[in-house]
Amino acid sequence: MAAKTLTIDGKQISAEEGETILFAATEAGIKIPTLCHLEGVYDIGACRLCLVEVKGTPKLLPACTVKVAEGMEVSTDTERLRKYRRMTLELLFAERNHICAVCVANGHCELQSLAYGCGLEHVHYDYLFPRWEVDNTHRLFGMDHNRCILCTRCVRSCWHIEGAGTKNVSGRGAKSKIITDLNQPWGDSESCTECGKCVMSCPTGALFRKGSTVAESVRDRSKLEFIVNAREKKQWNA
Amino acid sequence: MERLKIATVWLGGCAGCHMSFLDLDEFLIDLAGKVDLVYSPIADVKEYPEGVDVCLIEGAVCNDDNLEILHQVRARTKVLVSFGDCAVTGNVPAMRNQFGLGNADNVLQRAYIDNAQFNPVKPRQDGIVPLLRERVQPVHELVRVEYFLPGCPPPADCIKALMVQVLEGKTPKLEGRQLKFG
Repeated sequence: MAAKTLTIDGKQISAEEGETILFAATEAGIKIPTLCHLEGVYDIGACRLCLVEVKGTPKLLPACTVKVAEGMEVSTDTERLRKYRRMTLELLFAERNHICAVCVANGHCELQSLAYGCGLEHVHYDYLFPRWEVDNTHRLFGMDHNRCILCTRCVRSCWHIEGAGTKNVSGRGAKSKIITDLNQPWGDSESCTECGKCVMSCPTGALFRKGSTVAESVRDRSKLEFIVNAREKKQWNA
Repeated sequence: MERLKIATVWLGGCAGCHMSFLDLDEFLIDLAGKVDLVYSPIADVKEYPEGVDVCLIEGAVCNDDNLEILHQVRARTKVLVSFGDCAVTGNVPAMRNQFGLGNADNVLQRAYIDNAQFNPVKPRQDGIVPLLRERVQPVHELVRVEYFLPGCPPPADCIKALMVQVLEGKTPKLEGRQLKFG
């Protein structure tokens, strides 16, 4: 593999051809905020939080899907990017009902911690207060669509780590919804293996284990990484 | 130097933010040495006075009474602080918004008719019992707000950090977990 040299926030780094800007930045100790990115599954650039500036390109590019190139000059923390990141987070809060005070993921939520990390103390947009259901039909798990940000981590881990293909997305735009099988109650699903990987991947309180109450949902993502490492690199590092 | 006039107001919220304010413990004694608390649910004052320097507003705007007080507070106060998640986001009181227009009626139906054991009747006393608004709203959707302090409730040390800066006339700088919702 050919090595590429580039700069990220003025820091000279070298990365292998085919690596993403996000991967190269992380290797170099530069932290880019992410939400839909999940170690172990492929990236889709859905949440737009990892947007970066690349010199010579007027558009902002998602660091998780754009590959490094020779001589690239990347900025990850400019005034413009901070403005858009905050806007993206505010829109996520306004679009569904994220009520941290009564959420199972309070204190362990990536949306919540990104918000205070960005200095977000209020949302400028009017909240939509849509009506969404909670699917509590499954024996072990629940899905609260009020808290879903449509990052599709659950869909990707269901299809590509577990290989069950139970979770899917239906609808378009703000009406998009994570569904089970052919939009059936989760409890009726014949394809769900009850592995719980979707719950482990969820960044918010949308997917939870039944029986956990406010602030009790602590995720264990290392299990997902362990499985992927074991499968792809044959490394069984617990 | 003239003592600063501060006030706290309780709109549609659970009073938890005021409880957290009382958790300031000995800082309350320092505060009492520097400011006059001119209006608050914990002070027996009927009318919101003119010329208030800083007001902390707890709660979302849920009914006509909340709105009327809010406009009065805005007109008579230099610095408004949205105090806690209900004021900042609508939080739990705004959950009824999810039931669409007519939610106010449904809420009353559920509370006073469906679940009533005795004398099922929706309370209606014009001029005494304030009418619920169609939608519960956070404070800044209705009036200009200078600063925001999220949290359910905001922890006492965050209130202290904010108050110290605001009382010095500075723009409060809070960061990281000090700004956590919930």
